Amino acid sequence: MNKKHRMFVRMVLASLIRRRSRMIVALLAVVVGATILSGLGLIYYDVPRQMSAQFRSYGANVIFTPSGDSYITDDEIKKAVSVFPSDKLEGYTPYRYENSKLNNLPVTLAGTDFSSVLKTSPYWHISGELPDGNGKTLVGKKLAEKFGFSTGDSFSMLNSFQVTDDTDLSVIPDYEIYTDPQTGEKYCDHMLDLSLSGILETGGPEEEYIYVTLDDLSALMRSDRGCDLAEVSVAAREEELKGYLDDINNGSGNLTAKPVKRVTASESTVLSKLESLVLIVTAVVLALTMICVATTMMAVIAERRREIGLRKALGALDSSIILEFLSEGLVLGAVGGITGSLLGYLFANTVSMNVFSSAITFRPLLIPVAIIVSVAVTGLACLIPIRSAVDVDPALVLKGE
Amino acid sequence: MKLLELKNVTKRYGSLYALDKVSLGIEKGEWIAIMGPSGSGKSTMMNIISCMDKPTEGQVFFDGKDITKYSRRKLTEFHRDKIGLVFQQFHLINYLNAVENVMVAQYYHSMPDEKEALEALERVGLKDRAKHLPSQLSGGEQQRVCIARALINSPELILADEPTGNLDEANENIVLDLFRQLHKDGTSLIVVTHDPEVGEVAERVVRLEHGKIISDKKNSGFAE
Repeated sequence: MNKKHRMFVRMVLASLIRRRSRMIVALLAVVVGATILSGLGLIYYDVPRQMSAQFRSYGANVIFTPSGDSYITDDEIKKAVSVFPSDKLEGYTPYRYENSKLNNLPVTLAGTDFSSVLKTSPYWHISGELPDGNGKTLVGKKLAEKFGFSTGDSFSMLNSFQVTDDTDLSVIPDYEIYTDPQTGEKYCDHMLDLSLSGILETGGPEEEYIYVTLDDLSALMRSDRGCDLAEVSVAAREEELKGYLDDINNGSGNLTAKPVKRVTASESTVLSKLESLVLIVTAVVLALTMICVATTMMAVIAERRREIGLRKALGALDSSIILEFLSEGLVLGAVGGITGSLLGYLFANTVSMNVFSSAITFRPLLIPVAIIVSVAVTGLACLIPIRSAVDVDPALVLKGE
Repeated sequence: MKLLELKNVTKRYGSLYALDKVSLGIEKGEWIAIMGPSGSGKSTMMNIISCMDKPTEGQVFFDGKDITKYSRRKLTEFHRDKIGLVFQQFHLINYLNAVENVMVAQYYHSMPDEKEALEALERVGLKDRAKHLPSQLSGGEQQRVCIARALINSPELILADEPTGNLDEANENIVLDLFRQLHKDGTSLIVVTHDPEVGEVAERVVRLEHGKIISDKKNSGFAE
């Protein structure tokens, strides 16, 4: 840097620092603009993630069903969910449904994995506890009322099946064979003793089921035939989700993956509207910042007309005047951009904590973006007043006219 | 050869003649006072000589070259190299200190040099005030900084417009002493003033009225 460059820097910095009471107004305009811009930018990018997490509380957004008349195995489910990125997969829960009898009344038994059920059905309200292993059950509220069950009660489920010469009874610990007096066919009653851990309240059809572990259900039914369906919760937008589901469905698996339309469609609609709103607000703020900075710079340059006239009288070319004033504007833009991007993070975080009750994800890329936008906006805003600065007639302004 | 020569210079604003066919020659090293009442055309002449304005008619020669034919850019370069300006209102940049104000003239002329700028301030007796902002200087001191800024690039001509108009008597004497010193060193000086005392110390007095030169006399009381 030669002496001329050093003098240039000295003049620009002196103007900004020693005239700080004036420049602070312009800086404030840039900082406010950059703060809101970077804050809204962070919110704009973080809203889908935050909202997806919120939407997950409404339950699974993907359902796996068998492609044909068969069932889906645990391995097939695991293979299918491996398509989703691990940071987007909230959880998955398999379900197997069977008819059974309780006190000689038909009931529906549902086998599931209790360790993951709340990840896909976080809205389940359980009085008591979630079963933590075999021999324990969760009973739907309506069914519990019908049978007068309460937490801690014990009962047995009955599965009657016909015994033939091929029936292997060795796998059944306790059984009793009896003969139908009318047909002469032999039957075996297999009992499953269960302890009631909790009562399930959802307001939906789940209140009429008895939930047990998949192992208990397999033992009662004497078969591990696989599942009827699996619910999956994925934190992804509708379009993104569609891509994953296409990958799964185009694979050679025995299952079909479908979105739960009422969840994914409403999620997509809400997110699109929210994003549009943030985008419009950002554009308006950007325009207002530009107007604010332009008018401030206009005022700053207007009060420096005499100085500009003097510089011209001392031999400054138009290009020198433009460079000096534009540099001041660009430094303001850069300082405002840096400050604004940091304040923007605090602003976005405060909004996120209040609205979504979770911290915003810091995106370092937004800092250079905010700085570049601030510098560009300030530069553009300075152009019109600088244009008028170049037209200053030194002979007039130095006479005080 | 004359340093500066105005030939039939006219400056018209609509139907108003600020200068009316004025012809004037200035020798190298000469000290001229241009005097006259308000509206006589003093400032217009000053602006034309300092290349900040162009005549409607006529020619201005500097070192034999017709500068009225110069483009705006060439005029800027020309007056930057040849002319130093001293103003009645000093026109210092308020956020730059005294030495920086002097260096601004160097910056647009060639290469800023703080040592040279300090020497210029020393010449006007203000070296110890170099780091002071204009707001921390008296009117007389500001005018001396203005003079230091005008002479820093060693111009062939110094143009001073009412240089003592805003000064008290003591500071007026300091400024006039500085002009004497500059004149002694061979610098040509044109001082626009309505103050008879300032006019008396010049080598030659040109009087203007209604845009015309009404008298052009050597000052009998001029002392080197």
